Amino acid sequence: MANKKQPVSSVLGMGQVEPDTSGSSQINVGNTERIWSVAGGALLATYGLRRGSFSGLVLATLGGFMVYRGASGYCPMNQAVGRNTAEPTAEDKSMDSIEIAKSLTINKPRKEVYAYWRQLENLPRFMFHLSEVRQLDNKRSHWVAKLSDSLLAKTLGTVEWDAEILEEVKNERLVWKSVADARIDNAGEVRFVDAPNGQGTEVHAVIKYRPPAGQLGGAIMKLFNPAFEQMIKQDLRRFKQLLETGEITTIEGQPSGRKSEQQSGKKPVSEHAKVDEKHESAML
Amino acid sequence: MKALCYNGVGDLRTERVPDPTIINPKDAILRVILSSVCGSDLHLLNGYVPTMREGDIIGHEFMGEVVEIGSEVKNLKKGDRVVVCSILGCGECQYCQSTQFSLCDNSNPHAWIPEKAYGDSPAGIFGYSHAFGGYAGSHADYIRVPYADRGCFVIPEGLPDEAAVFASDALPTGFMAADLADIQPGDVVAIWGCGGVGQMAIQSAFLLGASRVIAIDREPDRLRMAKDISGAEVLDFSKVDIQEALREMTGGRGPDRCIDCVGMEAVSEGLDYYYDKTKQFVRLESDRPIVLREAILACRKGGTVSIIGVYGGLVDSIPMGAAMNKALTFRMGQQHGQRYIPRLLEHLQKGELNSGFLLTHKMSLDEGMTGYDLFNKKETMRVVFAP
Repeated sequence: MANKKQPVSSVLGMGQVEPDTSGSSQINVGNTERIWSVAGGALLATYGLRRGSFSGLVLATLGGFMVYRGASGYCPMNQAVGRNTAEPTAEDKSMDSIEIAKSLTINKPRKEVYAYWRQLENLPRFMFHLSEVRQLDNKRSHWVAKLSDSLLAKTLGTVEWDAEILEEVKNERLVWKSVADARIDNAGEVRFVDAPNGQGTEVHAVIKYRPPAGQLGGAIMKLFNPAFEQMIKQDLRRFKQLLETGEITTIEGQPSGRKSEQQSGKKPVSEHAKVDEKHESAML
Repeated sequence: MKALCYNGVGDLRTERVPDPTIINPKDAILRVILSSVCGSDLHLLNGYVPTMREGDIIGHEFMGEVVEIGSEVKNLKKGDRVVVCSILGCGECQYCQSTQFSLCDNSNPHAWIPEKAYGDSPAGIFGYSHAFGGYAGSHADYIRVPYADRGCFVIPEGLPDEAAVFASDALPTGFMAADLADIQPGDVVAIWGCGGVGQMAIQSAFLLGASRVIAIDREPDRLRMAKDISGAEVLDFSKVDIQEALREMTGGRGPDRCIDCVGMEAVSEGLDYYYDKTKQFVRLESDRPIVLREAILACRKGGTVSIIGVYGGLVDSIPMGAAMNKALTFRMGQQHGQRYIPRLLEHLQKGELNSGFLLTHKMSLDEGMTGYDLFNKKETMRVVFAP
């Protein structure tokens, strides 16, 4: 599916809004510098890996960072000190955003489904990768992501952003965009449509984001994208469970013969996302 | 508490594990009184269902006593003696509301696993691999039952535990097989497999109006029960050519309705068994559809093939031309137990159905592996554990 060229949102007539380009989706390392960075980094990494010791690992990591910096064109240190050696071109700025489109049907009236979603503070109850959404005013809100201990999460650091609702048709649709300087530039649209034959409400969500760290980021994020798609689908599923049954289906905290789980004991609901992710990677 | 845990293919161990607790408001905790082995457990044990993890508690056919209820459980109270449907239904989604409980949208917390293989996710099942939710199973002293109001059915006074336990799975599954077959009064029904589900399907077919039921197996004890208790005519496939026998027994027409109560681990005496076994071994197909092929060929023109035996993945060499040109109807699915259990408990109480005879060996949880070995070798109808 993901290999097909036409984005799903275009089939649905959704997702017209593109996320801004800010934060680390920019390129701030010049071409010459990037080439040297990749070459030097690769040498260091290879040498470091051959040594195999701890210091070798440090060298390899440093090399890896230089490769990353060179290939991505984004250097967090450049960003920090306000240094930018990139020659801005139209191509750099118009990096493609990555799209996720997921739909689900919920056996509840459209009004009810919309109302629950529009109360943005509700979102972290079923979007386990969010720790908080705070409504700032009727249009603007502040979002804080909850990061698991994955390598990717550590690379990105804290992820918080402000979002703005650009378009709102009550009980029908919401269009939003992150405001400038978000760590991950994103935009999205959610549509609420009556399902045929009184089967409730179709929820169509399209989320677009610009990968942090430019082109390399794009390549990496594309690798991670199936996981993100999965995450969004799981979010929608939990939304459905919550609205239909009043609870979120889980087996977290049940007994098993696995000694590791017996020692950790029962975990609070907020930890579910983490554990689920681990299961996912273990299962697949 | 004690629980029977999966530890790898063919390796079950009785272990000490923590007691279950209420996790969600619609949960109940049951003290397990009886918990039966099921043919579908053998698919897990023999390694045909992926996504089993070491330490998973197995078992899904059970009855017990309610010992604790969550804050949102309305129809149950402590002390109730209940039988529980082996498949979980939330009761609220579109599928549950139209009584197709085994298609529940919400009861599988690992919906994304089967979605990859099936395009969509069926309901969660107790003790039946992580693809079906990863729920802790019933071969244990206690079990957590989510959506307890929907899954638990109070057992009528006077109906013994030994009969009621099979209203969890074998009976509703067998009954649904007969129901799906769309039996019309006077129909001749052929049923492959005389295990617990097959026996219940035979009796249900008669209840739904079949004039004759022809049951097929090769285990002498099972054939004897099919004949003496469930009332079928029987065929031993190790001794007779099934196609020929069915054709001749029905005046050349073929059975009106054919029911597959065997599924993916079918055996036969012919070369097809080795063909499928080999393909399965090299992973070119995951299931052995020997019975399905036979049912399609045997079925009369315009008849119905009902598939209740479990298939998990891919099958090979299905005679689709025969099915198409004979205008057959295929009906199939995991049991929608919640739809049938109340009615079946009544039938049991009135003596219109008989399930207690399925229990041939009662054992303790400590004898778990022994029990399954016995069952796997078909030396027993059903082993039931009394924790």
